[in-house]
Amino acid sequence: MSIFLDHETPVLVQGITGKMARFHTKEMLEYGTNVVGGVVPGKGGETVESVPVFNTMKEAVAETGAKATLVFVPPPAAADSIMEAADAGIRYCVCITDGIPAQDMIRVKRYMYRYPKERRMILTGPNCAGTISPGKAMLGIMPGHIYLPGHVGIVGRSGTLGYEAAAQLKELGLGVSTSVGIGGDPINGSSFRDVLEHFQNDDDTHAICLIGEIGGPQEAEAAEYIRDHVTKPVVAYVAGLTAPKGRTMGHAGAIISAFGESASEKVEILAAAGVTMAENPAVIGATVARVLQ
Amino acid sequence: MDIHEYQAKEILSNFGVGIPQGALAYSPEQAAYRAREMGGDRWVVKAQVHAGGRGKAGGVKVCTSDTEIQDVTEGMFGQKLVTHQTGPDGKGIYRVYVEAAVPIAREIYLGFVLDRASQRVMIVASSEGGMEIEEISAHRPDSIVRATVEPAVGLQEFECREIAFALGIKPGMVQQMVRTLLGCYRAFRDLDATMVEVNPLVVTSDDRILALDAKMTFDNNALFRHPQISELRDKSQEDPRESRAADRGLSYVGLDGNIGCIVNGAGLAMATMDTIKLAGGEPANFLDIGGGATPERVAKAFRLVMSDKNVQAILVNIFAGINRCDWVAEGVVRALRDEPVDVPVVVRLAGTNVKEGQKILAQSGLPLIRATTLMEAAERAVMAWRADTNRNPSLKVV
Repeated sequence: MSIFLDHETPVLVQGITGKMARFHTKEMLEYGTNVVGGVVPGKGGETVESVPVFNTMKEAVAETGAKATLVFVPPPAAADSIMEAADAGIRYCVCITDGIPAQDMIRVKRYMYRYPKERRMILTGPNCAGTISPGKAMLGIMPGHIYLPGHVGIVGRSGTLGYEAAAQLKELGLGVSTSVGIGGDPINGSSFRDVLEHFQNDDDTHAICLIGEIGGPQEAEAAEYIRDHVTKPVVAYVAGLTAPKGRTMGHAGAIISAFGESASEKVEILAAAGVTMAENPAVIGATVARVLQ
Repeated sequence: MDIHEYQAKEILSNFGVGIPQGALAYSPEQAAYRAREMGGDRWVVKAQVHAGGRGKAGGVKVCTSDTEIQDVTEGMFGQKLVTHQTGPDGKGIYRVYVEAAVPIAREIYLGFVLDRASQRVMIVASSEGGMEIEEISAHRPDSIVRATVEPAVGLQEFECREIAFALGIKPGMVQQMVRTLLGCYRAFRDLDATMVEVNPLVVTSDDRILALDAKMTFDNNALFRHPQISELRDKSQEDPRESRAADRGLSYVGLDGNIGCIVNGAGLAMATMDTIKLAGGEPANFLDIGGGATPERVAKAFRLVMSDKNVQAILVNIFAGINRCDWVAEGVVRALRDEPVDVPVVVRLAGTNVKEGQKILAQSGLPLIRATTLMEAAERAVMAWRADTNRNPSLKVV
């Protein structure tokens, strides 16, 4: 299977009765994702897009055997929902919600470490577009048709910039093994490094495309990991060369507050680790094509 | 969200942190009265603006009489204070804090931040207070003590003692330091702060530990559960365009260039700014209108971008995924028909139904410049800006 999910992975949607969640549940089902249910406290027994709704994650997992979940819950309750998923034995969780308090995410990460590694849930996001393994399944809000099935692994913070990369690859006839959004928040579930490790161990992924931005240490951590452990070609683009210091650029985590967090410093660090840099966002696809030749 | 020094001090004081006696004033007369009320013979008057570096910029003055306070604050109220953190326009002074001067024996730096590497709250302290942390890191890195807080149980007393001893606090005052550290941590945790900085934290010659300055920043995403903090917002300290945008659910940051940007998604918005720069222009703003790019949002975005008088061209870059390009194109056309703009507009659409979208733009009769790739869009925007403002008439369209 692909790194996190395939067409058989049974998936739940938390907060499935909301307007956006309903819409994207329909999109995911049409794409071929095995959505087996939803969870909304107090709405157990209802159905959405003909999948059953449960009151609790434990009940939903017991009834459906779900392995993955998509969190579509508003910010005040989202952290709680992620912990409920971790406790119910879910293996892979994508959280779309934008606007979760940072200290809630600190607690979520601490909570997840209660479980031994082999039972610990993998979380990607929050504040991301989700994960897609083209032609198999998608767990998120991305437009599925812009991705061609193939062998490039994409990992990035930004949703639309990730779409831009996937669309450029498609234009060049290049497909994607899995695209993972890690989200734009300062405290997130999985880092670039975490996802790179999965891509490095995935036979289906032949090259990796990393899309970073200003703020935080995760691009630098990724560079170190790539230098020491990644044998596949890696292309990267870092957004925010023109971003001023100390200002938040949309994403809560996109702020230069320390040394090494600006785009130019990250470009330098990644290039020094042997990563091929795309000089501008219009040539991400072409740069991947070049390293694959 | 930032708050003023006097507000941060009041909060920290409620959590058990020592602060000097002080009072707020809205006029020079009130400032002088506050000093008389407080008593003593030495006061520090401090301009309340949301920026560091006030001392060097003339926003902090020591006075020895109430008439001097009146004179000094007359020169402050209504003025703009320009520090290295405010930008060239500075920030308006509408409130002044009058504080009893204290006998300082030593100065300590104390900061609490969200550490993104450990994904925990981190305490940063240094025996070299008074300087900014960047300066301390550069000149006295060995003086810095760091500790991260285990989130499940919170900061413990032994950890505070370790920090106190590492800073060379004398044994008789360690318990006071523990109380200070725990107070700052609890304020940080309970109120969803993203930063608490006490610089300097002073040890007085009469053995008190006091926060001489205090800065707190709060997590905007957590304000929903702290109405008492939201009330402290001071719009006079914000860029008016940015606060207007924020109130309308748009994410906007004003910059110094001339090419306005309207983009969906934060990453793509930054990438668009970068591409403008590569093409030889300067972006006028960061603007993320959100993933949806509804016609209403596009219209709001045009109004917002045009409110910047420096804008001489606009680049619209929308990746329509779930929403189709034809729908986004209709939104752009409608927005420009309802409120025409007098600068060149370049539109680049990508994603679903891009051909239909282009057709709508072409048939609209509006003088829109279209582009297919991001690079082309940026080049055309720069070109249009140059042509429109006669900066480089010899340049040809690629």
